[in-house]
Amino acid sequence: MSDYTDTLPSIRWPDARRSSYDVVIVGGGGHGLSTAYYLATRHGITNVAVLEADYIASGNTGRNTTIIRANYGIPEAIRFYQHSLELYQHLEEETGAAILHQTKGIIWLAHTETAMRTERARCLMNTACGATTVMRSPAELKELVPELDLTGGDRYPVLGGSHHVEGATARHDRVAWAFASGAARAGVDVFQHTPVTGLVREGDRVVGVQTADGPISAGVVLSAVGGRVTAMAAHAGVRLPVRTHPLHAFVTNDYAQGFSPIVASTELMCYISQTERGQMLIGAEFDSQPSYSRQSSFAALRSYAHKATRFLPFLRDLRILRTWAGICDISADYSPIMGATGVDGFLVTTGWGTWGFKAIPAGGEAMAELIATGRPPALIAPFALDRFRRDHALADQGSAGTR
Amino acid sequence: MLWLDCPRCGRRPLDEFTFGGERRAVPASIEGADERDFDEVWVFENPDGITTERWFHTAGCRRWMTVRRDTARDEVVEVLEALP
Repeated sequence: MSDYTDTLPSIRWPDARRSSYDVVIVGGGGHGLSTAYYLATRHGITNVAVLEADYIASGNTGRNTTIIRANYGIPEAIRFYQHSLELYQHLEEETGAAILHQTKGIIWLAHTETAMRTERARCLMNTACGATTVMRSPAELKELVPELDLTGGDRYPVLGGSHHVEGATARHDRVAWAFASGAARAGVDVFQHTPVTGLVREGDRVVGVQTADGPISAGVVLSAVGGRVTAMAAHAGVRLPVRTHPLHAFVTNDYAQGFSPIVASTELMCYISQTERGQMLIGAEFDSQPSYSRQSSFAALRSYAHKATRFLPFLRDLRILRTWAGICDISADYSPIMGATGVDGFLVTTGWGTWGFKAIPAGGEAMAELIATGRPPALIAPFALDRFRRDHALADQGSAGTR
Repeated sequence: MLWLDCPRCGRRPLDEFTFGGERRAVPASIEGADERDFDEVWVFENPDGITTERWFHTAGCRRWMTVRRDTARDEVVEVLEALP
């Protein structure tokens, strides 16, 4: 046994399936499991089932680059993600599960005057809304990241950057396990390998889900599906402003030095951090064309490697060890969609694009409150699906770290 | 998907092209002016399978083409010079 496995939370798996639950959550990723956890622990609602088609965290929860940050560009998003970042800081003590959370700071490099203006505005907006983000000069950046090539390979000079001091990483599958074990301990049933094949409707209302082993009745069905949410919502007659795009990532072999901050470039659309195992983890923008394929593409890896080695030349000496891809639900305004759908009994938490991991605690906490009280908490009210009908889209593409 | 067969220029690397979005029409089953507006402006069909979309050959002939593509595997099925 090692410290690594000793601190794994164990999960109480259910023996049998009930024919009816107060709440059925479709999707055993971070958002589905955290919603179940907060329903049980904050609101005493334990007659809850989470149905996962594969194994828990097998989707984007276990495929992202594990970055936790709140340096967004609009007040609604900054407040929401800052709250999530703070929940993450206390998640280990709350759940008793080691999620390997590390506050490292995240640096967004600017290579042009236009990007400098954007980052200055970001710092002001973040400060006004409760997130700690400060501008750094090239010399200060070099001190924070000695490996940084300030000339950007003579192509992308570093003029400065914003430093989001509380930026962090955590081990992604452990976050899912922490919420799953905590929810199960409180009485929630978490089922793996249980795909939901349809929704049960009575008139205009959703009253349950269909599975291969028959239907399950539900007071409320929450779709926390990642990747195939368009098809899931269509079962309820709900149409979504979402496109599903692959995003690729890779890790290198070990870098023998510690590399503490997370470094990203807003213009090159590329982000680099070190995993707890010492590997360098690199991700970038999603594919321009939608697809449900999780095949890693050589074109993407070549492009990411080219970008990352511009400003961190030491990466040239490393080798790509492992590659993978996830499929991201990119909403039309690059903000998440949480809450009511217009169909009674059917809620969604979706549109998590490339920004879902950092939102797992706050998203789950807020969706649990919505289910328990019937009212969306102020933190997520702006993110309702009907914002598009009301002409209140929350455009924040510039903060997605991707495009 | 690494290459695209431009009807005018032949087989070219994908980075020469710009994705122009899916080609769709609001389904006849959507009723009411507001709902049809919402659908037209915001909704994507986002199918897990064959889709019809527009691509622009940015670094080539600088003209539009229509591509039928299987999103399940991200593979081109057919490229058409004109609108379908």
